[in-house]
Amino acid sequence: MKSSYREALRAGIRDALIRDERVFLMGEDVGAYGGSFAVSLGLLEEFGPGRIRDTPLSESGFVGAGIGAALGGMRPIVEIMTVNFSLLALDQIVNNAATLLHMSGGQFHVPLVIRMTTGAGRQLGAQHSHSLEGWYAHIPGLRILAPATLEDARGMLWTALQDPDPVLIFEHGSLYNVPGELANDAGPVDIVTAAIRRPGDDISLITYGGTLPVVLDAADQLAAEGIDAEVLDLRTLRPLDDAAILASVARTHRAVVVDEGWRSGSLSAEVSARITEQAFFDLDAPVGRVCSAEVPIPYAKHLELAALPSAARVVAAAKTAVAAGG
Amino acid sequence: MDAAHGRHLLLQMVRVRQLEEKCVELYSAAKIRGFLHVYIGEEAVAAGVLASLGPEDAVVATYREHGHALLRGVSAGAILAEMYGYVEGCCRGRGGSMHLFDAATRFFGGNAIVAGGLPLAVGLALADKMAGRSNVTVCFFGEGAVAEGAFHESMNLAALWQLPVLFCCENNLYAMGTALARSESQTDIALKAAGYEIAAWAVDGMDVLAVEEGARRAVDAVRSGGGPHFLELRTYRFRAHSMFDPERYRTKDEVARWMERDPITLLRTALESAGHLSPAEWEQLQADAQAEIAAAVEFAEAGTPEPVEELTRFVYSERGAGDGADEATGADAAGQPAGKAAGAP
Repeated sequence: MKSSYREALRAGIRDALIRDERVFLMGEDVGAYGGSFAVSLGLLEEFGPGRIRDTPLSESGFVGAGIGAALGGMRPIVEIMTVNFSLLALDQIVNNAATLLHMSGGQFHVPLVIRMTTGAGRQLGAQHSHSLEGWYAHIPGLRILAPATLEDARGMLWTALQDPDPVLIFEHGSLYNVPGELANDAGPVDIVTAAIRRPGDDISLITYGGTLPVVLDAADQLAAEGIDAEVLDLRTLRPLDDAAILASVARTHRAVVVDEGWRSGSLSAEVSARITEQAFFDLDAPVGRVCSAEVPIPYAKHLELAALPSAARVVAAAKTAVAAGG
Repeated sequence: MDAAHGRHLLLQMVRVRQLEEKCVELYSAAKIRGFLHVYIGEEAVAAGVLASLGPEDAVVATYREHGHALLRGVSAGAILAEMYGYVEGCCRGRGGSMHLFDAATRFFGGNAIVAGGLPLAVGLALADKMAGRSNVTVCFFGEGAVAEGAFHESMNLAALWQLPVLFCCENNLYAMGTALARSESQTDIALKAAGYEIAAWAVDGMDVLAVEEGARRAVDAVRSGGGPHFLELRTYRFRAHSMFDPERYRTKDEVARWMERDPITLLRTALESAGHLSPAEWEQLQADAQAEIAAAVEFAEAGTPEPVEELTRFVYSERGAGDGADEATGADAAGQPAGKAAGAP
């Protein structure tokens, strides 16, 4: 059937609400407004205000309430409008959700799912456009997901809700309108493994989330020039699927990591370091990286585009890697 | 006043006092490390409020929570072993003094971020309300918490959604060393809660009978669907904020004046004048508490460190663990391989 990324997300939420009465959705404008990005449109009418719960603009309060409700036996889905706003709830996510199980000696599980929009590309300026999922991926106790395909948008949520630990799902804002085909019986998917989105022999292009379409585009351009790139979608940013990363690099001997986060102290740095630590002798070239320019994401279209990873920059980095080392 | 109940409340306060005095002693002996915050002077608050709860209710507390844990039913041995950092502790030694947790008694910490526990309490109450349970969640916090955004967000959410939560502000007048009047433009704390349409009133926090009466009234109202309630418990900490506090911010005279209203002395005197407490009963009560704490020290002393190999246990749940949190993380339906070690970062 035809679906958009947004509709796939909505189908996942709706399915979870039907399957488990402990599940509810809570966040700013998820109900009467229909979701700030229209993901939850229609759910209030179907499930009522008790389970599609509009909140005040109190990120710390309602994220903490989600943690408390999870401790109390519910399966909350908390929506935060954007990753920039999630900073107002950082205390609850990092000091409570991520620590309670370990700090309590294994007594208190936090089966909470937090969804939020991340990323740039829509001329929303520096306070609505950042990619901070790499920060969250730094935190032990959290599981970090980045659905980049319709199947993952549809299927990651249910599996995340079965996880006894807190799971953060990052939805790239540029993906919501992406159309495609989704199998009629599309359902839950694993939230552990990385996935090869395009097999190839010459170089591994490793990415996730909003830059997957950019990288697939780059791979097509490279193919036209005789370079057969493999595209690996990380899917789960914490814990990373090291085995998939290393297996890909072992085949191709070259890697470029593409991450919309900034380069310094980033997820791309982590992936690059793991390859260097564990597969150094498989490499025929230094690991390359394509990241966002180290600036607050600007409003003007041409400046924003210049700040973000583009297919052209990925192609150039891949060619550099292929040219190096012979 | 019922004599037996009065003596029971007195015993609870004495148990806390003796546990705390022992903690200070053990800290000085370097048996306990980290930050240690004792509750001496404030015992009437925990004793009075917790006496009004049932076993299904939930308690969220702060980092000054040894007394709350003890009176909620966590054993003194498990509390002390926790502070020793031993696996026999109520959190296997992972939490320490500031992070006591106990699932069996629904004791949700042990929260060391000021006001950080309030949203948790709101959520616990939300879960009870959504599930149609008649439990009450009690949330303790100091008056310093009212300056935090999380306090105001929590008040608003609890009132907006009419949640079954009792907020207990332990107003001991100082946020570490900052006096209330030096940090708040409005020092009437109950008034702040009332501003959110929450029923709120102040209680003499040195009078355990007054605390218990106020708490019972509030808990009954919350349990019967009256929405959130708020008690401002006016109390005082006799000791320093922590073991690293030279107490430059208050005078010895002020402390001495408050100690004249020691909650234990107040109740003891009242019981004695009513003929409800004989000297022998008082001796016995103290001896009982002493024996309990001595046994707890012995238990902690005999504790064992958790094997270092278990360091990364419980960063993520172990398979099959979880309070009903069902399965997986791996593929339950997609048929893809799961099974990566969850603890591996």
